[in-house]
Amino acid sequence: MLTIKNLRVAIEGKEILKGINLEIKAGEVHAIMGPNGSGKSTLGNVLAGKEEYEILDGEVIYEGQDLLDLSAEDRARMGVFLGFQYPVEIPGVPMVNFIKTSVNEMRKFKGLEPLTAGEFLKLMREKKELVHLDSQLTNRSVNEGFSGGEKKKNEIFQMAMLEPKLAILDETDSGLDIDALRIVSDGVNALKHPERSTIVITHYQRLLDYIVPDFVHVLYQGQIVKSAGKELALELEEKGYDWLKNHSL
Amino acid sequence: MEEQDKILHEVTSQEYKFGFVSDFESESIPKGLNEDVIRVISAKKNEPEFMLQFRLDAYRKWLEMPMPDWAYLKIPPIDFQDIIYYSAPKTKPQYESLDEVDPDLIETFNKLGIPLEEQKVLAGVAVDAVIDSVSVKTTFKETLAEKGIIFCSFSEAVQEHPDLIKKYLGMAVPTSDNFFAALNSAVFSDGSFCYIPKGVRCPMELSTYFRINAAGTGQFERTLIVAEDESYVSYLEGCTAPMRDENQLHAAVVEIIALDRAEVKYSTVQNWYPGNKEGKGGVYNFVTKRGICRGVSSKISWTQVETGSAITWKYPSCILMGDNSVGEFNSVAVTNNHQQADTGTKMVHIGKNTKSTIISKGISAGVSNNAYRGLVKVLPGAVNSRNFSQCDSLLLGSTCGAHTFPYIEVGNKSSVVEHEATTSKIGEDQIFYCNQRGISTEDAIGMIVNGYAKEVLNKLPMEFAVEAQKLLAISLEGSVG
Amino acid sequence: MTLTANKVALSEKYTELFHANRSLLDEGSSDLLNRMREIAIKRFEKVGIPGFKNENYKYTNLERVFGKSFRHLLEYQPVDVDLNEAFRCDVPQLDTDVVLLVNGWYYAKNQPLNNLPKGVVVGSLKQVANEQPELVKDYLNRQAGLSDDPIVALNTAFAQDGFFMYVPDQVVVEKPIQVINLMRAEEPVFATQRNLIIAGKNSQAKVIFCDHTMNPVDFLTNSVTEVFVGQDAVLDIYTIQNQNNQANSVNSSFFRQEANSNLLSSVATLHGGLIRNNLKVEMAGEHAEANLYGMSFTDKNQHVDNFTNIEHAVPNCLSNQVYKNVLDEDSVGAFTGRIHVVRDAQKTNAFQRNNNVLLTDSAKMNTKPQLIIDADDVKCSHGATIGQIDEEALFYLRARCIGEADARMMLMNAFAHEVVQNIRVEPLRDRIDELVEKRLRGELARCHACDKN
Repeated sequence: MLTIKNLRVAIEGKEILKGINLEIKAGEVHAIMGPNGSGKSTLGNVLAGKEEYEILDGEVIYEGQDLLDLSAEDRARMGVFLGFQYPVEIPGVPMVNFIKTSVNEMRKFKGLEPLTAGEFLKLMREKKELVHLDSQLTNRSVNEGFSGGEKKKNEIFQMAMLEPKLAILDETDSGLDIDALRIVSDGVNALKHPERSTIVITHYQRLLDYIVPDFVHVLYQGQIVKSAGKELALELEEKGYDWLKNHSL
Repeated sequence: MEEQDKILHEVTSQEYKFGFVSDFESESIPKGLNEDVIRVISAKKNEPEFMLQFRLDAYRKWLEMPMPDWAYLKIPPIDFQDIIYYSAPKTKPQYESLDEVDPDLIETFNKLGIPLEEQKVLAGVAVDAVIDSVSVKTTFKETLAEKGIIFCSFSEAVQEHPDLIKKYLGMAVPTSDNFFAALNSAVFSDGSFCYIPKGVRCPMELSTYFRINAAGTGQFERTLIVAEDESYVSYLEGCTAPMRDENQLHAAVVEIIALDRAEVKYSTVQNWYPGNKEGKGGVYNFVTKRGICRGVSSKISWTQVETGSAITWKYPSCILMGDNSVGEFNSVAVTNNHQQADTGTKMVHIGKNTKSTIISKGISAGVSNNAYRGLVKVLPGAVNSRNFSQCDSLLLGSTCGAHTFPYIEVGNKSSVVEHEATTSKIGEDQIFYCNQRGISTEDAIGMIVNGYAKEVLNKLPMEFAVEAQKLLAISLEGSVG
Repeated sequence: MTLTANKVALSEKYTELFHANRSLLDEGSSDLLNRMREIAIKRFEKVGIPGFKNENYKYTNLERVFGKSFRHLLEYQPVDVDLNEAFRCDVPQLDTDVVLLVNGWYYAKNQPLNNLPKGVVVGSLKQVANEQPELVKDYLNRQAGLSDDPIVALNTAFAQDGFFMYVPDQVVVEKPIQVINLMRAEEPVFATQRNLIIAGKNSQAKVIFCDHTMNPVDFLTNSVTEVFVGQDAVLDIYTIQNQNNQANSVNSSFFRQEANSNLLSSVATLHGGLIRNNLKVEMAGEHAEANLYGMSFTDKNQHVDNFTNIEHAVPNCLSNQVYKNVLDEDSVGAFTGRIHVVRDAQKTNAFQRNNNVLLTDSAKMNTKPQLIIDADDVKCSHGATIGQIDEEALFYLRARCIGEADARMMLMNAFAHEVVQNIRVEPLRDRIDELVEKRLRGELARCHACDKN
């Protein structure tokens, strides 16, 4: 589904990703772990098409197409979903309008008719259930005045609405209490599908108790220094990232 | 980044969609202005002597006045002798039913998307349409008459209610108020008059549509609204003009008088032709709008959505004379391409416990300049008065300008005035968030801009809000070509 | 523009004075001062003394004070002042090098400052312009000479002397330089003062201006100060205005900041008549930072008008302004703050706040914050409030047994302290806090030490 080859990325002249290689097949869950500043969020942003990054080298093939050639919205329409670490607030834009526009853009791209108001509301009710999203929140402006937990739930709710093929969840666990973490994880797990792959970016092992990965990769100073099964997460938790430093040398 | 700039450019270079010329015959007098022209205008309208004197008095004052130069505008020289001061649709504008109306006119309204008939009946809006300053049609007159409400063309009011006109004309905007108000007072050809008697709540929105049509003409209409004690009215005003290469002058005056506990809501969606992408043509819009809260606990609110005109010079104001009276100003002003706007308000607190609120949202794109200018003046006697002002500017692109010029003058110790202003660009992270959810950049900009302006758009009556949102969309988003 | 007959007559009074005394002005002055006089007087003539109709002087009519009759000091008049006895501000632990100027002229009996770091020049502008013109020629009038303010032009036409300071590249002047501007005369006097401060690359200095009067007569000072803040330089300019209530002044300061420089300007106005402070900052190099503070405490018929103009001409600079006024009795205050971000001055951060408290119904405050923004990637804001001290806070204090008068004082002090706390010289900060408190209690006539005679 996704193949990343020797991806090198810089921002403002500083190289952040120094040759990433990654292969993700349909239905797999990959966790990317690493200390702060290792380039985890950069990877997510680059895949989603944020423009401030400079691609120095490498390629990203998604569903047989060069992903780096596409605009951010086309990537999204093709099923690449980024759950943001810090979802931005957009004052004055009602959540409902926003997600409706989004869903219908997606459908238009697939050559489908827009949903009728009734269908849309039904879908929204259904998906809100999934993450126990407070009904009031969809009446507010996008992310405005949402608590940290509500913002994260809102991201998973949107993921449920958009049914992506590749979901990249950037630090979805940060700032969540244990109940919220469980709700968010349950939401993600409920969306598991043989055709849907997930990249979970996280600093802590804790999230991986709930979203069990098939593979764990450790990103350190812009490179994947170790890849293994889910047991790697536990090992990291136990030994800390310092262990890696020596390991990578 | 470059891509985004390109899209921003495409999005912001949307063409004017209301630029058609209606082909119905008008009757004009020759270009130029002197006392004889004024006498001709007055005679054509069969006006009483006091109206002629009002006009001549204004004209003589106008001759003494310099053109104002303090606004943040580059105004090309205007030759006031090269303008036709009177242009009226040839058919006498007195229609009993729509069948009598020039079919071109009906077509005009249809193009404007103004459903003059059934839809307005359903919507319950009474419409007075003013084309080239002459009122052509007032609907719902009878229904309103039953409640004692007068809603008619200004000319008609002069004939039928001269006492009311004599009493209130010039009360809020005296002939000598400013250069353009004096000019308007001298030459105005028509407009709307609205009178709400004591204790009456006007059951429907009253609406006037203004349109400049004939070439080489200036439009000078005059609106007067009088709300007697305990009355209420919501008044809407819409404006469009055809695309023309030359600039057209529009210098209107709106006066509102609110007596004890009366409330007047005045909403405008202004979409005069802004000129083309190179800045050629477009309307020069110099408008004086002022309301006086004469009565205790009276309230006047101005809500405006300004997307049109090459030059906008406009400061809808409230004189808060009555104790406990309230003034509001809510504005969205969009400038694009070569447009220039200098707009804002004056809130003059005279009575005790008076309150005013100012919400201004400026949006600049292209190479335009958009300025907010406002005065909040609290006189020593206006004890316990309050004002809150919020003036925000949003910049789309690095070649436009956003400017803020508030004046605050407070003369007593018990009043509180607060002013806040911010300037920001449209957030790249907001656009990216929308992109990531499959929404294109131009739709994202439209969405974000409408969200930014929402606080003001929400103050508009329903029918208008929809139109205003579309207008914002046309000004800044929409598909290209 | 048509000038009214009175206005013409008033302006002519000054142009005639100029032409009648041209040779006296030139005599003994460097050509650097003389060469701009003709241009300046013509510029002044065009506008004249600004009245209400002048947008920049909308809230301060100078015709009233410039219309009074004064003796004009067009040459140095020896005045006897014992510096050691009376005029050192008694700021505990504040060790400063003191320079005295009397009626706008460098005092002839100033003790030489022998302990200044090498290359630092502190002294009389007139003298330095004559003796070391190379220090002056690239700077004098470089900013003020471009101004279209008629009062600045009038200063340039009449300027002969004032305070001069030069700090070479890389030099740090540890001890603050304290400039005492003293007005002393038995009859009404008009003074013109021209100051020039040059801080070289990576230099550091602090200058404290103290404006005082010695006699209870009418004064009018037209003062212009040009300041050049070099690359990486750090410069503090503190001004304490504490004159008699018949002393009027127009003080115009021009700051030009090079890359990475850091400027702090803080003005405290305590007593005085009509005071207008013009402050212009030009951000000429990237990553420069300017922090500008002002506070005034006025009563009786005092009139204080602060007018700032920050020109962000290059990207990546920061300006921050906080101005506060407390107005009592019949006093009038004004604040105009303009932030101008020119095209392409991206990543500018420019903030401005003006907060005012009116204590009576006859006091009046006018404020006119302005943003002129021609670049899009900027963060700019302004906020202005005019009101009273927070009644709820007052109630809270009273509920904790604090008497109303004390509670009010406490809150006003707190209001002012937000400005005072930014002073980077600790003893001076404590001193101004104390002066403010005394001022608010009505106990302050002049600074203590100046009060002895």
